[in-house]
Amino acid sequence: MLELIHDNINDLVSVLLFVIGFADLLFQKNMIKKIIGLNIMDTAVYLLLASQGYIAGRTAPIVVDGITSTEAYINPIPSGLVLTGIVVSVSVTALMLSMTIRMYKKYHSLDLDYCLLKSREE
Amino acid sequence: MKKTNGKKLNKRNVKENISSKNGLSKRFESTYRVLSAIMIVLLLGMLVVMILGMPPIGYAQNPDNNEVAARYIESGLKETGAVNIVSGMILDYRAFDTFGESCVLFVATICVTIMLRMDGGANSSKAGEDENPEAVTALKKKEDEDTDYEDGITAIKTRTGRGVSRSRRVEHLKSHTFENVDSSFFEPEHDTILQKCAKFIIPIILVFGVYIVLNGHLSPGGGFSGGAVIGAGFILYLSAFGFEDTERFMNAKVIKWVTFGALLVYCLAKSYSFFTGANHLESGIPLGTPGAILSSGLILILNICVGMVVACTMYSFYALVRRGRI
Repeated sequence: MLELIHDNINDLVSVLLFVIGFADLLFQKNMIKKIIGLNIMDTAVYLLLASQGYIAGRTAPIVVDGITSTEAYINPIPSGLVLTGIVVSVSVTALMLSMTIRMYKKYHSLDLDYCLLKSREE
Repeated sequence: MKKTNGKKLNKRNVKENISSKNGLSKRFESTYRVLSAIMIVLLLGMLVVMILGMPPIGYAQNPDNNEVAARYIESGLKETGAVNIVSGMILDYRAFDTFGESCVLFVATICVTIMLRMDGGANSSKAGEDENPEAVTALKKKEDEDTDYEDGITAIKTRTGRGVSRSRRVEHLKSHTFENVDSSFFEPEHDTILQKCAKFIIPIILVFGVYIVLNGHLSPGGGFSGGAVIGAGFILYLSAFGFEDTERFMNAKVIKWVTFGALLVYCLAKSYSFFTGANHLESGIPLGTPGAILSSGLILILNICVGMVVACTMYSFYALVRRGRI
């Protein structure tokens, strides 16, 4: 069991981060804190993806001295996928923050429950 | 939840609820917390079981290290000319993916602009006057349209320019509650420490960002990270010297045309292959010697395009959040 955990320590940490972010989404009422939780979940996914491409004893996929053998470099594909994820996460975060600003301007509160209650009253 | 917060309740009841705890009844609160905790534990258990069934990290025999990755590593340098295999992958083999990412950033800028734009067509001239020190002789009061909720708070939004003296500001600050004061009250103006440090550090940041963009095919980095660094430099400049100085080189028009131009160049450089059978992405530009700065064909140009888009996006996010227009 301990060996199994040791082998998958990156995955386990990313799962823990994901769950922490999800708990943040559920338990916090403040919209800013919810957005932070979503960003923690994003980070967990990056960690999971990036660690899948890692191969022990090999270097980053930047060609040195013209060596182009598969034995020398780690898998470059997860790095590219993580880049896509980061860009999308930045865009989504900006959009959510702007919506939060609108919400604050209308209801003068960042508390989601309070704002929902106010909007139901109208 | 419906029962306690439905429309049946009169306003007084709702108010009591609000004052008690965040507007929701205690029973709902506790049920929600218990259910959330159960859900989180279930999710954690599910994910851990999945993780323990996955192949251990760090071995070359793992199923994700398949022939696709081998192909990129073995013939990437020969076919794209980029020393950085990841850069060659995302800007040559998968250039359309990166084009989509740039478009996502562009669309996000547009959406944030729609959400946060303060000045309509009528108000834009007013807002322009605010930037002018001489024009601001009296405090302008503008009613916020969104604040007519039932408490009767009509928050009065007050705009002040740079010309207003500090004592006037303090006086104004005392006579208004926190909510009614425009956020521009709390911005530093002509902060000497910030300006001196910025003068020293901004050129370094910008040069470093340009270096990352131009070396995207040779070293770690590329358009996205370099563009983010350049955007951070612009944001620091804006924080130190204010909108008046920054608008000389970064205004809405410049951002619009730079973003549009960069996306257009990217689109034209890559989408012609649709008309040639969507089978090859040859650029015709010689690949050059690997490791030289002018090598790897189109990748350098595409990196510059992506860098421009990202820098403009970062700056416009900040400007939009801070004052409601770029």
